[in-house]
Amino acid sequence: MDKYRCEVCNYVYDPALGDPDSGVPAGTPFEKLPDDWVCPVCGADKSQFVKEG
Amino acid sequence: MKPYEIKKGIYWVGVVDWNVRTFHGHTYTTKRGTTYNAYLIIDDKITLVDTVYGPFADEMLEKIAHIVPAEKIDYIIANHVETDHSGALPALMRRCPGAKVFGTEKCRDGLYKNYYGKWEFKTVKTGDTLSLGRRSLSFIEAPMIHWPDSMFTYCPQEKLLLPNDAFGQHYATSERFDDEVDNSILMEEATKYYANILWPLGSVIARKIEEVKKLNIPIDMIAPSHGIIWRKDPFKIIDAYVQWAGNTTKEKVAVVYETMWGATEKMARRMAEGIIDAGVGVTLFDVNLSDRTEIISEMLDTKGFLFGSSTHDNDMLPGMAGFLEFLKGLKAKNRIASAFGSYGWGGGATQEIEKVLLESGIAVTQPPLSVKYMPDENELTRCYEFGTAFAQAVKKGGSDGSR
Repeated sequence: MDKYRCEVCNYVYDPALGDPDSGVPAGTPFEKLPDDWVCPVCGADKSQFVKEG
Repeated sequence: MKPYEIKKGIYWVGVVDWNVRTFHGHTYTTKRGTTYNAYLIIDDKITLVDTVYGPFADEMLEKIAHIVPAEKIDYIIANHVETDHSGALPALMRRCPGAKVFGTEKCRDGLYKNYYGKWEFKTVKTGDTLSLGRRSLSFIEAPMIHWPDSMFTYCPQEKLLLPNDAFGQHYATSERFDDEVDNSILMEEATKYYANILWPLGSVIARKIEEVKKLNIPIDMIAPSHGIIWRKDPFKIIDAYVQWAGNTTKEKVAVVYETMWGATEKMARRMAEGIIDAGVGVTLFDVNLSDRTEIISEMLDTKGFLFGSSTHDNDMLPGMAGFLEFLKGLKAKNRIASAFGSYGWGGGATQEIEKVLLESGIAVTQPPLSVKYMPDENELTRCYEFGTAFAQAVKKGGSDGSR
């Protein structure tokens, strides 16, 4: 599963960790995040994320 | 006021804003005013680190002129795009149009979107260094401490860290250093600054402090962009940030409420008695009479929150709603809370409070307590017991579901 980086604040979404504070369990791929999920650090939406090379 | 030499050949050329009483619009009250700190480094390349808020541009230029003509400035380091630090740039760039501005890519874009200046801008990244002659500067990107563009500047020859807004305080003083002022006031203002501005960014801050510690760079002075410079013990404020970023709390409760005709206030006061008698500290705030900035500051290391409101139009009262909306943005972790309030017929305030708590990720540890109109003695006893039970949950560290 790919990691994705927020282009606004450089937070990296790691599917192995998920985003438990927003109710996203570990093991959730970026593509399966809900449409209204936002960056837990700066609040940017999913469209601002790019795949980590 | 003349410039102030903070290290040999390095001058504070900032300004003291004695009278500012609200900041960031009206999101932060600054009862002690603030300062905008800019630092001038005299070397082969004359360098200014950050500027001041726009209305004070002339005062900064006057201070610079005490040392060198502003026209001689070669480099300007823009650690942060926000206007209280970049506002004097347009005036400065008119004086030294050939100067090069250094900052992150996002700072470049942000400065352009604020001032539309056609300035020579060099983008820098973590690890980049800039030689000034005898000294050099290195840069550490610090996104979201506290904006995406933020960075720290470090001068290894001087062991000087210039972290812009990090480690700052809104505290207007004639003194410049931590060993010259009352340290309880200094820490009160540093706490307030962290609580109201940096609280939601704790995980980013903890990682950045780790990153800087691993660089193993000697630091004997931290000169932030607001308030007092840390030189007596720069690690005092770093250690405090580590504690706050780790969501360390004390066994304390903050009771915050809004009342229409005094019933909810009676409930709040009786709950506070129950909490005190259970051996837990408490602070009590009528949300409309108290200063929100101060309440948030008090809450930073407080484990438990009780929120009360009378029901009005089947909802909580607007002062409480505004307060909880602000609190939600702070993303408080490792806390517990419960709701209470008086109502007349349908009720609704406590349900609405719980809704916001759920959205905020704050665990609700006991069912709400609602009382119809004025509480009688039996109901006041229930309020007391509500406080006692909540104090017990705080003592247990909220092991029943908080995170």
